[in-house]
Amino acid sequence: MTAKKDKIVEIEEAVVRFAGDSGDGMQLTGSLFSDSTAFAGNDFATFPDYPSEIRAPQGTVSGVSGFQIHFGHKNIHTTGDLADVLVAMNPASLKANMRWVKKDAIIILNNDEFTGKNLEKAGFDTNPLEDNSLTGHLVVQAPLSMLTKEAVKDLDLDNKSVLKSKNMFALGIIYYLFNRDFTNTFTFFENKFKKNPLVVEANKRVLEAGYNYAETLEVFSNTYRIEKASLNKGHYRNVTGNLATAWGLLAASERSGRKIYLGSYPITPATDILQELAKHKQFTCITQQAEDEIAGVVSTIGASFAGAMAVTTTSGPGLSLKSEAIGLAVMTELPMVVVNVQRGGPSTGLPTKSEQSDLMQALFGRNGEAPCIVMAATGAADAFYAAYEAAKLAMEHMTPVILLTDGSIGNGSEVFRIPKVADLPDINPPIAKADDPDYKPYKRDPKTLARKWAIAGTPGLRHRLGGLEKEDVTGNVSHDPVNHQKMTDLRQAKVDMVVNYIPELEVEGDAESDLLVVGWGSTYGVLLTAVEEMRAEGKSISMTQFKYIMPLPKNVHEVFSGFKKIIVCENNMGQFVNYLRMTHPEFKYEQYNKVQGLPFMVSELKTKFDTLLNE
Amino acid sequence: MEQKIEPQEIQLTKIDFKSDQMVKWCPGCGDHAILKSVENVFPLVGQKMGYKKEDFVVVSGIGCSSRFPYYMNTYGIHGIHGRAAALAMGIKLTNPKLSVWMISGDGDSMAIGGNHFIHVARRNPDINYLMFNNEIYGLTKGQYSPTTPKGQKTKTSPQGSFETPFNPGELVIGARGKFFARVVDTNPKLMQQVFLEAALHHGTSIVEILQNCVIFNNNIHALITGRDTKNDNQLILETGKPMLFGKEKNKGIILEGTRLKAVVLGENGITEDDILVHDPTTEDSGIHMMLASMAPPELPAALGVIRSVKAETLEDAIWNSVEHEKEVSPYKNVDDLLTSGNTWKIE
Repeated sequence: MTAKKDKIVEIEEAVVRFAGDSGDGMQLTGSLFSDSTAFAGNDFATFPDYPSEIRAPQGTVSGVSGFQIHFGHKNIHTTGDLADVLVAMNPASLKANMRWVKKDAIIILNNDEFTGKNLEKAGFDTNPLEDNSLTGHLVVQAPLSMLTKEAVKDLDLDNKSVLKSKNMFALGIIYYLFNRDFTNTFTFFENKFKKNPLVVEANKRVLEAGYNYAETLEVFSNTYRIEKASLNKGHYRNVTGNLATAWGLLAASERSGRKIYLGSYPITPATDILQELAKHKQFTCITQQAEDEIAGVVSTIGASFAGAMAVTTTSGPGLSLKSEAIGLAVMTELPMVVVNVQRGGPSTGLPTKSEQSDLMQALFGRNGEAPCIVMAATGAADAFYAAYEAAKLAMEHMTPVILLTDGSIGNGSEVFRIPKVADLPDINPPIAKADDPDYKPYKRDPKTLARKWAIAGTPGLRHRLGGLEKEDVTGNVSHDPVNHQKMTDLRQAKVDMVVNYIPELEVEGDAESDLLVVGWGSTYGVLLTAVEEMRAEGKSISMTQFKYIMPLPKNVHEVFSGFKKIIVCENNMGQFVNYLRMTHPEFKYEQYNKVQGLPFMVSELKTKFDTLLNE
Repeated sequence: MEQKIEPQEIQLTKIDFKSDQMVKWCPGCGDHAILKSVENVFPLVGQKMGYKKEDFVVVSGIGCSSRFPYYMNTYGIHGIHGRAAALAMGIKLTNPKLSVWMISGDGDSMAIGGNHFIHVARRNPDINYLMFNNEIYGLTKGQYSPTTPKGQKTKTSPQGSFETPFNPGELVIGARGKFFARVVDTNPKLMQQVFLEAALHHGTSIVEILQNCVIFNNNIHALITGRDTKNDNQLILETGKPMLFGKEKNKGIILEGTRLKAVVLGENGITEDDILVHDPTTEDSGIHMMLASMAPPELPAALGVIRSVKAETLEDAIWNSVEHEKEVSPYKNVDDLLTSGNTWKIE
């Protein structure tokens, strides 16, 4: 680590984008850089952008896999609009990513790959390295494949394994550029390839070779350093939203004393949660990969009846398949958490891209009047608390809870301040006591309207649940018209009363100003960044982010009343804004919608907000 | 870790399981006899296996048969169409100490629930699966089901069904199920005996009950169950016994080439030594499959336990893993997990 001190420039923040063929290991490269960023003490957020094919035709634009990281000295709330640095491992990744880089970005290319056939596959008519199309950028052309081979030529490794590590050469160059340390990454290699010391050695050497290459050839006139972020005291780590969701559920299980049952079916981008929980049998976490989405959720209802903290995880199309069963959980009033990691729709849609377009499905996508709690995580780290809260509300209020996250949260990562499980709120499910003489299946707690959870196997509480309408209190099957009205009202009232157990809506900025920006779920970071920047410019703008959607917090009217204009921004065509028009018709709402499978950009939001402020 | 339940001094009677709800099946429906048999068997199951009355759980899907949980005084869930196997699995995996019974019909199990049917058989959780087969949709009033014979006229097959039906036993065995039995709703003694064997079998026990729908498919099983015809058309299997049938027990089943054949003792030099002896415990499912397929008039329908093979249950495999992981995992609590791997502190 001998970067010359006089060349180091201090900067506030940077965005780096790694792009390559799906097989080039860009996700790994990105996550190693994230870990190193964490080690350097910066705040950051990451965003993977990858195709749904595992290995799309090599060298084509459709096979490009990307990973973007935004890191800085200040708090980072977004994954960054445009990149300051792009690593492009082949022509296709340059082609696919040129529109995501700044005008004066550093572009690091593997020029071994910029040959006739590859250029053609990527759809270039002329070689971008020769036709001046990259003018304005600092282009670093490195023969990565050749240099990688050179670095490990005396190791007894086959050509394929050697070339696999060329991503580490690129990473080495980036480490030089940002004055990073190898320690963490070396430890990673040692653990990951424990059984193959030769591969450990090769990766170390290639990483170092990349670093030394950048230094020796003096490819950059400056290198950069970002001061440690001013994070609060605490213990930190990097988490993706899916990991945070899984861990939030485990924490809720530990605090509630209920074993977890997860019935699920693999579906992008939710599968990571199932995979993570499957690892943790030691916490009495039973995971069942069911034969389909329906069996996943229905087995969850069975597990809930038998006393488990019951969870099912899915993404959009899977939620459609689970609709009928969620209705059964509404009817039987059994607790259950349904995590929906939303993706682009409809139908199979854009499996690996992010969208917020399942909101209406979550709220109303069931037959009959079937209300349940709907909430949304506001970021990757928040997914931990959202999952914990979803489990708490489900069990304490005896109802299914649909927790919406999405691809950008699930696969994106953030810095996470690690809480102590003991410091999380208590979870007290209303479990019926054995031989309780007053037990009736549908007798309710007047404070919550929750019925009691009489767990199968408990002496003295035998009862039948089911999808047929039940008589109030006794739980016997009933087709009585007045009873059905009453039970329908009770089920809605039970969910409505959750309002007394959730936090009020908070405003970022002044409680009264010209424009209120409203978002829900995963858009929090980008909306906050846009609003903070505009406030710094002296604009009269505030924001509020919804985490609880059914029921809405009780102070919505009060909050909204303080603003001249309200704009609701979401990655769908206006589902939340229409829900607000329904629940709070007394306000006029502007809307900003985008469904391109990608998060909002700060710049586009600011443009829209400026227009509204100037009208 | 096998979830061992020690037999105890538990005295239960059928009164313990009788529900106070009015049973609303049609008069003459085969379901009444099945309900009585189950009420009679639960006390025996409790006694032999140590289950207390609160340990029984009865779940179902949708259909006439699926009202069953409401008519038993146990823990119960009347689920959604076709999905009872998933309900049962979730219950059993969560608490292996419960005696889980699942009630379903031919539409519920073979049509909308076909997927769950084969997968529960393959996974082998210890649940007792009673599948009422009346070869018709009763609750929706008379449409053909996946077990309705080809050519049969029903409300939705007015020209006769065009479809090849399933044979439930073949499906169980094809799905590598470990236990399959068949009974008729007209033989309470056999029902009770087989339900008890199903309960004692550690694994998924699927019992097909040839059940009569008096309204929409009356006498559909008459050839097998009829007073005059049953002796020649039923083979009641007994472990270790030759496969004999007929009023005089003078008929039997032999293996001729690769097929089963019905023969008469004494004819063509056939003696009892030539008759196949029933062994439900062989892993090899060849003979079991042929027995499940037998149907009148060429061959008698096989009743009793056709296949009963020991194998690890799903819940034992999972809970063994839980116990093992508790011993070896580096994470004793969730705090350990949250602070594992790459973390850093800001002082």
